[in-house]
Amino acid sequence: MSTVDQSKIRNFCIIAHIDHGKSTLADRIIEKTGLLTSREMQSQVLDNMDLERERGITIKAQTVRIVYKALDGEEYIFNLIDTPGHVDFNYEVSRSLAACDGAVLVVDAAQGIEAQTLANVYLALDHDLDVIPVINKIDLPSAQPKRVIEEIEDVIGIEAEDAPLISAKNGQNIEEVLEQIVKKIPAPKGSPDNPLQALIFDSLYDSYKGVIIFCRMKEGRVSKGTPIQMMATGAKAEVAEVGYFGAGQFIPCEELSAGMVGYITASLKNVKDTRVGDTVTNSKNPCKEPLPGYKKVNSMVYCGMYPQDGAKYGDLRDALEKLKLNDASLTFEAETSIALGFGFRCGFLGLLHLEIIQERLEREYNLDLVTTAPGVIYKVHKTNGEVVELTNPSNLPEAGEIEWMEEPVVSAEIMVTTEFIGSIMELCQERRGVYLGMEYMEETRALLKYDLPLNEIIYDFFDALKSRSRGYASFDYDMKGYVRSELVKLDILINKEEVDALSFIVHKDTAYDRGRKMCEKLKEEIPRHLFEIPIQAAIGSKVIARETVKAMRKDVLAKCYGGDISRKRKLLEKQKEGKKRMRQVGSVEIPQKAFMSVLKLDERK
Amino acid sequence: MRKPLSVYFHIPFCTKKCYYCDFLSFPSMEREREQYMDALLREVISSPYRGEKYKVQTVFIGGGTPSVLHGKELKNILDGFKEAFPYMAYEDREWTIEVNPGSVTKKKLSDYRKMGINRLSIGLQSAIDEELKKLGRVHTKEDFLLTYRQAREEGFDNINIDLLSALPGQTLNSYKESLEFTAQLEPEHISSYSLIIEEGTLFHQWYQDGKGLPDEEVEREMYEYTKQYLKTKGYDRYEISNYAKKGKECRHNLVYWQRGEYLGFGLGSSSLMEETRFQNKTTMEQYKKDPGKKNNIKRLPLKEQIEETMFLGLRMEKGVSRKEFYERFSMDLKEIYENSLNKLEQGGFLEWRGETLVLTKRGIDVSNQVLAQFLFD
Repeated sequence: MSTVDQSKIRNFCIIAHIDHGKSTLADRIIEKTGLLTSREMQSQVLDNMDLERERGITIKAQTVRIVYKALDGEEYIFNLIDTPGHVDFNYEVSRSLAACDGAVLVVDAAQGIEAQTLANVYLALDHDLDVIPVINKIDLPSAQPKRVIEEIEDVIGIEAEDAPLISAKNGQNIEEVLEQIVKKIPAPKGSPDNPLQALIFDSLYDSYKGVIIFCRMKEGRVSKGTPIQMMATGAKAEVAEVGYFGAGQFIPCEELSAGMVGYITASLKNVKDTRVGDTVTNSKNPCKEPLPGYKKVNSMVYCGMYPQDGAKYGDLRDALEKLKLNDASLTFEAETSIALGFGFRCGFLGLLHLEIIQERLEREYNLDLVTTAPGVIYKVHKTNGEVVELTNPSNLPEAGEIEWMEEPVVSAEIMVTTEFIGSIMELCQERRGVYLGMEYMEETRALLKYDLPLNEIIYDFFDALKSRSRGYASFDYDMKGYVRSELVKLDILINKEEVDALSFIVHKDTAYDRGRKMCEKLKEEIPRHLFEIPIQAAIGSKVIARETVKAMRKDVLAKCYGGDISRKRKLLEKQKEGKKRMRQVGSVEIPQKAFMSVLKLDERK
Repeated sequence: MRKPLSVYFHIPFCTKKCYYCDFLSFPSMEREREQYMDALLREVISSPYRGEKYKVQTVFIGGGTPSVLHGKELKNILDGFKEAFPYMAYEDREWTIEVNPGSVTKKKLSDYRKMGINRLSIGLQSAIDEELKKLGRVHTKEDFLLTYRQAREEGFDNINIDLLSALPGQTLNSYKESLEFTAQLEPEHISSYSLIIEEGTLFHQWYQDGKGLPDEEVEREMYEYTKQYLKTKGYDRYEISNYAKKGKECRHNLVYWQRGEYLGFGLGSSSLMEETRFQNKTTMEQYKKDPGKKNNIKRLPLKEQIEETMFLGLRMEKGVSRKEFYERFSMDLKEIYENSLNKLEQGGFLEWRGETLVLTKRGIDVSNQVLAQFLFD
């Protein structure tokens, strides 16, 4: 490996809007270069979590090294660094891009440029990557490659005239893509003789090897025994093994040197020591400065997670700890709820991240969870000058102690065909968006720019966007910062008792509407009891909405025949058992799923 | 003193299965019936409880439709029974048979009398022919009237009539009509059950979603009306669904609620003997092979005896007596159920009538919920 000729290395990624065919193209490239025969290929090799395959999105970046024999007769080493495909993981995307020298941009021949296409291209251009456009899905009857090429040139402003027209699905024209990678993407630079400087673009925890660092060698070399240090976290260790990425396996090698992409293992026990974006250097001979762009990723969305069965609290803690080994952006701390008992307040990059963690806990660790409504971090400026970062609505200080509050805002870009501009603008208006401007991409499509409060988009904004544009609108956003806002805490009282796990923070203008919907929803979820149950939404002591679950009218076994008493006993036992699956708040039994019902308030739209 | 015993015979045959019925019953061929009656006889004469230890107080022949049997088929069984259990109450006996209009004849009724049967339970269900049809019943109101008159002619002076409420297509008015029609005949006993849609029945397929059935509000009105109206006609409610003239309560059923000892003979029959519950085999094949074979044998721990005392006893109008409870279990009812009682009394579901605990009107409406509170964790 030490004899690798830097000029024969190509480090690149594939970028695309969701569903434009990124993973399929990656599969074809791997197949064409003979790394796996097509029989060995399971569809979409790179998305190797079950969840990723099911959802058709890439959650964790995957990387593969392949050898391509080009038409010029030379063998090239391709390092294909796959990037996560969701806005929740924007920072990870940016670090993956920083590990590349070029990017293949996949655009759907029928749909053309979408919001994520633009966001990803700009991100790639920010990292000085050379972008090769590729027009995919030319086999579709609705394909309009010419129009799309024009669009790429007009809107993005990059040369697209000789963009390969391919069908990744049918394997058509893949070779042309490979040739362009050789010709148009520059070879890496950097010298093996400089001090070690490597960019961490991912890491994972393996129970045998410890933490496996995925890195792009920028300068210097690293091999077994090299003393290394992470420049941001300060963690130190001695290298145990280096190597590169086969398809789905790690292949050890002697040394990694400048320009290469590979992995390093050392006796590191936790991925929080090896944060994405950090720089690995040689602790005995450090480089002068870390690579630019590192930032500590912070959780943006929080929710409470509780085991349905209180006795599983310890299991939940263990499971979260295990997931955290592999996911530095997951945070959690113990909390107690009067309604739900012992659980954890967990922080996530976004709602998708939350859903993924929740599903993994339920599937891989067999836990039944009650999740409270997700919220964002609010900044509470208290009268005594203190600023509190609020992740759990229940911890909101008394009204008298609050001077003012701030909420996080994102800048969003929404790409939409002109016929839906009206309805999308209306949606953004409803979600308290601040209109920034609109650009026409071409006659029929426009890019809308809005500042939107994060708490308005974490629930169901994406769904609403899709339904109001018949699926045509696409959406991307970036954290912008905090703005002052008129926020209130909405409390839910069930049978006159406040249920802490149902409280949430909301803008005062939407409080009434949300409170009303919440009460309606809970009325559906809470079964009838022996007594009437008022459900109220209140701000402070002021009730703003109310519903009532009527008392149960009738539940009587008319006949008990032939002395078969065990049958009657079973019926009564079943009744009693059913209650155990509910949460007792005061004298009311609340089904677990009611705590998640806030998530689905807009269902009926 | 011989211990009192109640005996149940199960006759799992009928002319045609009603759409709502989930009991062990089915139409049968002559030959299958013969085999069954033969097995039943074997079970009776070889019962481990036969002999001199017990004195039989009540007998109930239920089904199915026992009146589909020929007189001599029934006589065979009862003769064998009398031989195996020689001690029988005579003057104060209560021997009931269930009959359905249409399958019973004057001859059969007269035979019943001769066998010692002194009480009839006639399944009318509704006095509206349209409703009977929807239930899948084989008789009409006229058929019923004929049976009822014949029964009186044959000297039956203790008759129950079964009614159903909350039927498909039934209205408060049509129910009232059935009830008033029944009361005006002056039977000694009336049962009025609210229809329950049981799994595995045709009704479950048809009415699972509750469409086409009277809503709960109407059903409760029917229930209320039954009590009030029958009161004016001289009937008292003594159990959730049972009404009787003074002294004509069904003693056999009271044994179930009061946890007296009873022995069930026949397919799938249940028994409670010496604080042990057991059941016969529930498939014809298995039952015929070894009719004495018991299933689900469970010796009731004290905890379950207490629970049963509560959830069965509270079905009765007279409730559960604190004194009797103490005599039976040496424990104070008020102490062991302190929490549940407080909650349920406060909610208005239970009340003390002197030293006796009873369900209130509201408590009856939601009795399953209330009774479930008496199961220990």
